[in-house]
Amino acid sequence: MKPPRDLRVVYQETMHELLGQNPDIVLLEADLSSAITTNKIDARFSNRIINCGIQEANMMGVAAGLNVSGLKPYVHSFAPFVSRRAYDQVFLSIGYAKRDVFILGSDGGISTEHNGGTHMSFEDIALMRAIPGSTVLEMSDDIMFEHILKQSLSFKGLTYVRIKRRGMKRLYPEDATFEIGKGNVIKDGCDATIIATGIMLEEVLNAHEQLKAHGIDAAIIDMFSIKPIDKSLLFQYAEKTGLIITAENHNLVGGLFSAVTEALSPHKIAIIDGIGVKESFGQVGLTPYLKETYHLTAEAIVKKVLSYKNH
Amino acid sequence: MKLEHFANDIRLTTLEMLKHKTFGHLGGSMSIVETLSVLYGKHMRVDPQNPTDPLRDYFVLSKGHAGPALYATLALKGFFDKSLLKTLNDDNTTLPSNCDMNITKGIDMTTGSLGQGFSAAVGIAKGLQIQNKNNHVYVIVGDGELNEGQCYEAMMFAVKHKLHNLTVFIDDNKLQLDGFRTDISDTADFKQRFNAFGFHTQTINGHDVHAIDSAINEAKNTKGKPTVIILDTIKGKGIKAFENRADNHHMRFSDHDNTILEETIKALKEGQS
Ligand SMILES: Cc1ncc(C[n+]2csc(CCOP(=O)(O)OP(=O)(O)O)c2C)c(N)n1
Ligand SMILES: [Mg+2]
Repeated sequence: MKPPRDLRVVYQETMHELLGQNPDIVLLEADLSSAITTNKIDARFSNRIINCGIQEANMMGVAAGLNVSGLKPYVHSFAPFVSRRAYDQVFLSIGYAKRDVFILGSDGGISTEHNGGTHMSFEDIALMRAIPGSTVLEMSDDIMFEHILKQSLSFKGLTYVRIKRRGMKRLYPEDATFEIGKGNVIKDGCDATIIATGIMLEEVLNAHEQLKAHGIDAAIIDMFSIKPIDKSLLFQYAEKTGLIITAENHNLVGGLFSAVTEALSPHKIAIIDGIGVKESFGQVGLTPYLKETYHLTAEAIVKKVLSYKNH
Repeated sequence: MKLEHFANDIRLTTLEMLKHKTFGHLGGSMSIVETLSVLYGKHMRVDPQNPTDPLRDYFVLSKGHAGPALYATLALKGFFDKSLLKTLNDDNTTLPSNCDMNITKGIDMTTGSLGQGFSAAVGIAKGLQIQNKNNHVYVIVGDGELNEGQCYEAMMFAVKHKLHNLTVFIDDNKLQLDGFRTDISDTADFKQRFNAFGFHTQTINGHDVHAIDSAINEAKNTKGKPTVIILDTIKGKGIKAFENRADNHHMRFSDHDNTILEETIKALKEGQS
């Protein structure tokens, strides 16, 4: 088994490979190339790796134009800068104009740690979901990210992918497969269903163990494809367990909780609740502190589940 | 205190803070030390006991990641206790990586998303103009930061509104995050560009406190237009082994780096007033 790789290394190595295979691919950066390590890609591709400088809004417009000219742009910056900072350009020049552009937002939510409030995006998923026709994904590990990147040439329209650059644990076997619009059942269970993405899966797996001690057998779903969302899987587990709890490193407004609630609400077949960031801005700190502060912990998940199960 | 000595102390205090934290934005903090020394040591009307004094001059660090140098300056001026500097970037700190007006005494604007501080400074200057106040507004913008289109909107606005109460410093340290600015993004001449927009434009050695002092005097005496002072600076200035290196933007100090820092700190202590 290959040792787990940082997701930024997966981006570097996979895009390197894809650049060699497909002459239409162009990478765009906004002075954070060294942060995602695309600066290490072979110099023979340098004419298709454009470091725009610190100009996220212009970069999105340029990406749209590159796609009009027939190329396939992959755009990267930190999550708040590709979303909040350049939103109207993403919305109109890419979304509304129906351009095929892959946008990578790194270190969303608390993962930005020491860069603090200005760099902490609890809204990127909400913003990207609100664009008609968009695809919105959050990566759980290196295996998934490589798999998705290798499929991505066929993606149509705007695709937003959120990753944590460093330190993601391996979750999947090397031969795992992933399909846009399909959730992955990590653990089956019949008493409750916990749905999460990205760094929250680690907390959910912890919560699962703690719930066992309370006699609760919880299912876990990795809903990495937040949009489109896997409605049939949601229905199946809503009916089977009657209780759906979501967990996200994002504002409860507009993210995973919203997506799940929107999908299930007409059917009223389960209780739905979620943990996530509530009415807060970001701040500096290390992940354990930030998880505590924003209640993004296994304990918070357990408490939430028990609040519906302990009657 | 002599401005050179104040600069020496700001550099020393900033390095001690970063060394204690073991990582941080070293390069861009070092390149603005002399400017902070002249602003806070001589020109700016500020009251450390009353940080939001309506009579104060305003300062916006638009390149908000250089917070450490500003925190050192504010602590030395007495805005808060020096012991607080040891909490830089800690969990629940009041001294985050990027400047935050709501949690740090003496910070006039929250910054960190590059380009935005420039517009906010222009807004403060316009607000003071409307209220017929004569406080001055100073803003430091990075040379890489000037990639952001928003900066050019701010410039246009400042000139149109004849904001002579605004002085813009460009920390032209020639480097941005990924490397040298002229390799990455921008090869144009700042002086010509700002002249074309209608600024009063000066270019000086950004590590010469006397040159900075007289440039500010000239800015204050300029009427009918904003001034830009282009600071020719060195990213990482003051730590010879780190100066001008493309990797000095944000450093995690190795054992070797720590030895270099210790030597520099020792030398700066000897140079103390
Ligand atoms: C909008 C935005 N995009 C990207 C960043 C990440 N970033 C922080 S500092 C920096 C480089 C800044 O270069 P410069 O303005 O020259 O600053 P200095 O050299 O003085 O450190 C970048 C890209 C940011 N803070 N804000
Ligand atoms: Mg610079």
